[in-house]
Amino acid sequence: MPLTRTTLSESLPEGVPQEYLWTMNFGPQHPATHTTLRLLLTLEGERVVDAVPDIGYLHSGFEKIGEHLDFNQYVTVTDRMNYISPMANNVAWHLAVEKLLGIEVPPRCQYLRVIIAELARISDHLLCNGAAGLDTGAFTFFIYAFNPREQIYSIFEALCGARFTNSYTRVGGLMNDASPKAIEMIREFLRGLPKVLDDMERLLNRNRIFVDRTKGIGVLTKEEAINRSVTGPIARASGVTRDLRKDEPYLAYRDFDFKVCCATAGDCYARFLVRMAEMRESMKIIEQAVENLPAGPVNVGIAERVALPDKRQVFTTIEGLISHFELTMSNRGFPTPCEEVYSATESPNGELGFYIVGDGTDTAYRARCRPPSFVHFALFPHLIRGHTLSDVVAVLSSLNVIAAELDR
Amino acid sequence: MPTTDPATIAALKGVFPELAVSEFRGQTRVVAPRAVVYQVLEKLKRDFGFDLLVDVTCVDYLHYREATDRFGLVYLLANTRTNERITVRCFVNDPDPTVPSVVPLWEGANWLEREVWDLFGIRFEGHPDLRRIVLPEEFTAHPLRKDYPLQGLGERHNFPVITRAEQ
Repeated sequence: MPLTRTTLSESLPEGVPQEYLWTMNFGPQHPATHTTLRLLLTLEGERVVDAVPDIGYLHSGFEKIGEHLDFNQYVTVTDRMNYISPMANNVAWHLAVEKLLGIEVPPRCQYLRVIIAELARISDHLLCNGAAGLDTGAFTFFIYAFNPREQIYSIFEALCGARFTNSYTRVGGLMNDASPKAIEMIREFLRGLPKVLDDMERLLNRNRIFVDRTKGIGVLTKEEAINRSVTGPIARASGVTRDLRKDEPYLAYRDFDFKVCCATAGDCYARFLVRMAEMRESMKIIEQAVENLPAGPVNVGIAERVALPDKRQVFTTIEGLISHFELTMSNRGFPTPCEEVYSATESPNGELGFYIVGDGTDTAYRARCRPPSFVHFALFPHLIRGHTLSDVVAVLSSLNVIAAELDR
Repeated sequence: MPTTDPATIAALKGVFPELAVSEFRGQTRVVAPRAVVYQVLEKLKRDFGFDLLVDVTCVDYLHYREATDRFGLVYLLANTRTNERITVRCFVNDPDPTVPSVVPLWEGANWLEREVWDLFGIRFEGHPDLRRIVLPEEFTAHPLRKDYPLQGLGERHNFPVITRAEQ
């Protein structure tokens, strides 16, 4: 890609002898980028003078697709945005749609959505922190972190049949109710996770190599974090006490007792610790949700006309039959207001929001996704300036950039 | 979602009486004319504590019912202390879809505005580095506009085929 106007020539610090600078191309295929992204680094010896990110290798135009798929179909595309925690995207998307429609889902559905969103958070943080270890040389740590992710995949498989791209939510409810077996698997998972987290903390928290490679690297101050629109664990590691689960409680988060984990250092090590602590809090939330799971339906009733009624209603009541017909015929669907809403959730990576414009039909006129990875990757040149080449991978993994979400 | 404090809206209307205010599902939206949108955002940031720019995006109202303007920009702001939120809209039209850039106010607007330029073709005056971000530099269209077809305009089919050099 021709970089027509790079920041290279403009932002060089005073007194750097330019003939010693050389340019290094990092990515788009590199084991430490984990996905497809490219950086043009300007180096002075081993020190990074500047970095120019070049993204777009995975651009799939999912906002354009969102204008052509209806609200239930588009959930399959949200799976592929941040594929490390697809359940969190599913929940965020359908919350936004329900906000546009003005529907509140039943308590059981709210609790189940909280459970899956928090499982997704654990799975995302496990991978992110595991990869942070992997990139700084701790391969064993990565395997420790990856093991429980396998269990989470099995739970998701028990819930909805798919391990990776789940598409579990629907407008006004869920694909199906959670089976007792799935609930038992979640309990089993919660029993085993504390030991894994203890092991992980014992492996790296005081590991001298890891601490040396992450402490004081990529420091982001609180003011910069807010000014650069940073959210989620990265902002909390810089001392921004913002967590949408507490500040704008959506779903059933009001009912649970949990803490918002913050740090003040703002470096890679602080981001690592915040994510480790958040997994324990997520565990607490899931535990409370599973033990207090309300009974009742998971879908809204037929009066709302958005969720498929169950088969008994279809076969025995006229309302059920009409509702089923309207929803399954491709030229019918449900009406939406000609209005616009923004709904945000606290995804594992930060604020994941959808700005939906309804035009009366059950297809969005515009489905804007506010992607946390995109906003966070813009930070990268700022964080890496002045550090060494080996710190590039440490900073990159602490930002948890998912290229599919980054490249839109 | 917490709404905007009515006192904030009243104070804002006091400074900029031309603002149109509406509300839907508890979300307050302020429509600012292009001439004052920068001043409105600056005022919200400096005096009302809306320090977090959540998102900058755009909607193309080409075939939208009862729409009078073509492009509607959306600025989503949040206050990290009081957790208020506010949406600022600004409408621009086709011969000259331009708005002032808010990068001087929020560094985070840099990539978000580049993305809007890339996908909608809205120019941001005063942006330090306005080039395409997700599409290649050679691309000419702005694909999220409503007059751009879902299948594309044949860009993919006209890629040059690179073959292995003859031995």
